[in-house]
Amino acid sequence: MGWIEAPDAADQLLPRQQAASESALPAVASATISGAMTLIDLANPSRFLALAGRILPWLMAATVLVLAVGLYQSATAPDDYQQGATVKIMFIHVPNAWLAMFVWGMMSLAALGTLVWRHPLADVAAKTAAPIGAAFTFLALVTGSLWGRPMWGTYWEWDARLTSVLILFLMYLGLMALWRAVEDPSRAARAAAVLTLVGAINIPIIKFSVDWWNTLHQPASVIRMGGSTLDRAFLTPLLVMAIGFTLLFLTLHIAAMRNEILRRRVRTLQMLQASKSAA
Amino acid sequence: MALGPYASFIVMSYAMVATVVAVLIIWVIADYRRQMARLRDLEAAGAIRRSGRSATEVK
Amino acid sequence: MTALAALIRRDVRVAMRVGGGALIGVLFFLTVVVLMPFAVGPDLALLKKLGPAILWIGALLASLLTLDRLFTADHDDGSLDLIVMSRTPLELACAAKALAHWLAAGLPLVAATPVLGLLLNLDATATGAVALTLLAGTPALTFTGMIGAALAVVLHRGGLLLAVLVLPLSIPVLIFGVAASNAALSGPSPFGTPFSILCALSLASLVIGPFAAAASLRHGLD
Repeated sequence: MGWIEAPDAADQLLPRQQAASESALPAVASATISGAMTLIDLANPSRFLALAGRILPWLMAATVLVLAVGLYQSATAPDDYQQGATVKIMFIHVPNAWLAMFVWGMMSLAALGTLVWRHPLADVAAKTAAPIGAAFTFLALVTGSLWGRPMWGTYWEWDARLTSVLILFLMYLGLMALWRAVEDPSRAARAAAVLTLVGAINIPIIKFSVDWWNTLHQPASVIRMGGSTLDRAFLTPLLVMAIGFTLLFLTLHIAAMRNEILRRRVRTLQMLQASKSAA
Repeated sequence: MALGPYASFIVMSYAMVATVVAVLIIWVIADYRRQMARLRDLEAAGAIRRSGRSATEVK
Repeated sequence: MTALAALIRRDVRVAMRVGGGALIGVLFFLTVVVLMPFAVGPDLALLKKLGPAILWIGALLASLLTLDRLFTADHDDGSLDLIVMSRTPLELACAAKALAHWLAAGLPLVAATPVLGLLLNLDATATGAVALTLLAGTPALTFTGMIGAALAVVLHRGGLLLAVLVLPLSIPVLIFGVAASNAALSGPSPFGTPFSILCALSLASLVIGPFAAAASLRHGLD
C-alpha cells in the first residue's frame, strides 16, 4: 500500500471550470464550483500545501497579535482577593487544559475521517496533532502544579482534575508511541485511529471514575477555582489567551501537517529511487 | 508589576509555557527545513514525482 | 455457533497446556502479592488496609502479561488470518477469544484470591468482597486489554507497547474494583454502587472491546 501520490484530480477540473466561467453561467453555479474546489483542495495534498503556504503568514500574525494583547491584559489584571497575583497563572493554565481536551476531540474527528470516510489527509492531521496536544497537556500539568503549590500547599494532589489530565497525558504518549511503532504511515494511521476513538470514549469515563474515587477518599483540602462566576477583569484576559492559544495550535498544526506531507513525499521518492536502482 | 510572595511560581509558569512553545516552534521550522533539504537532494539525484511536477514544489 | 464454541474450546485448551501461559498468570499474581509486603513492610494492619488494592494490582498486571499471547500466538502460526477470513463475524470471533482467555486466565486469578488473601491478613468478608469484584472486573480487563492486544499484533510490537496502551483504559475498572472492595470492608458507602458501576464497565467492554479489536485486525492485517 503506502502513501502513493495520485495524479492531481483537481487539475483535471480546471479546464472545465474555465470553460464554465467563459460561458454564461449564473453566479450561483460558478460560486458553487469554486466552493467545491476549496473542499477538493483540502483533500488533495499538493493543494493543501499551497493553501497552507498562503494561510500560515496570516495565522502567525493573528497568533502573535492576540497573544500579545492577552499577555498585556494578564499582566495588568488585578489581584484576586484570595489568591493574590497567582491568579495570573490561571490565564495560561486554563487555555492549555482546554486545548489538551480540544486536541483529542479534533484527533477523534480525524480518526473518523480515516476509518469511515477514508479522507486522504485525515491521518496527517491526526499524526501531527498528537505531539502538540501532548505538549499542551504537559503544560497544563506543570502550570497547574505550580499554581497548586501556593493555593493548596502541595505540588501534586490526587485531585480528580489533575489525575484525569495526568492519565490524558499518558494516553497522548501511548498514542505517539503507537504512531512511531510502524514505518508505514498508513498502517499506523488505522491502528492510531482506533486507539484515538477508544480513548475518546475513555476520557469521560476516567473523568467520572476519578471524580468518584476522589470523593470516596475525601480530599485533604478544599479546592477553590474562583468559581465559574469569574469577574470580567479575569474573564477577558482568560478568553483572549484561550483564543490566542487556539490560534497558536492552528498555526503549529497546519505547519506540522505541511511538514508531514513533505516527509511522505520524501519517503515516496526514496522508495521510487530505490526500486529504480534495484531494477 | 508587583507579583506578591509567590512571584517565582508565576514567573516559572510563564517561563515553562514560553519554553515549550518555543521548542514547538523551533521543531516545526527545523523539520520544514530538513524536509525541503532532503527534497532538494532527491531532485538533484534525479528523482521524479509520479505527477511529473518538481519535488520541491510547495506552491 | 458451533464455530465459536470450537474457537473457545481450542483457545482454552491451548492456554491450559504447558507453555500456554494461563497458569503462569496465577504464578505471577502470587509473585506480585508476595513482593508487596517486602516493599510495604510486615505491618499486618497496614497490609489488611492495602489488601484489596494489592490484589487488584496483582490481577491487573497478571492479565496484562497473559494478554500478550491473545493474538500473537495465532498470528505467528497463521491461524489469525484464517479467523479473519472466515465466515464468522470477526467481532464475535474476537469476543469468543476474549471469553476463552478469561476462562483460562481470569478465572484462575479469582480462584487464587482467597489463598492470597490469607497472606495479606484479609478476613473472610474482605476476601469474599475482593474475589467478587475480581469476578465482575476481570472480564473488563480482558475485553479492554484485547483492544491493546489487537493493536500490538497488527503493528508487530508486543510487550511494553501493549501495557502502555492498555493501562489507561483499565484505570476506571481498577478504581471501581478497589472502591467496591473497600466499601464492603469499612466504608459508610454501600458496596452496591461501585459494584454495579464495575459490572456496567464490564458489560460495556463486552461490546466495545470486540468491535475495536475487530476494526484493528481488519484494517491492519495485510
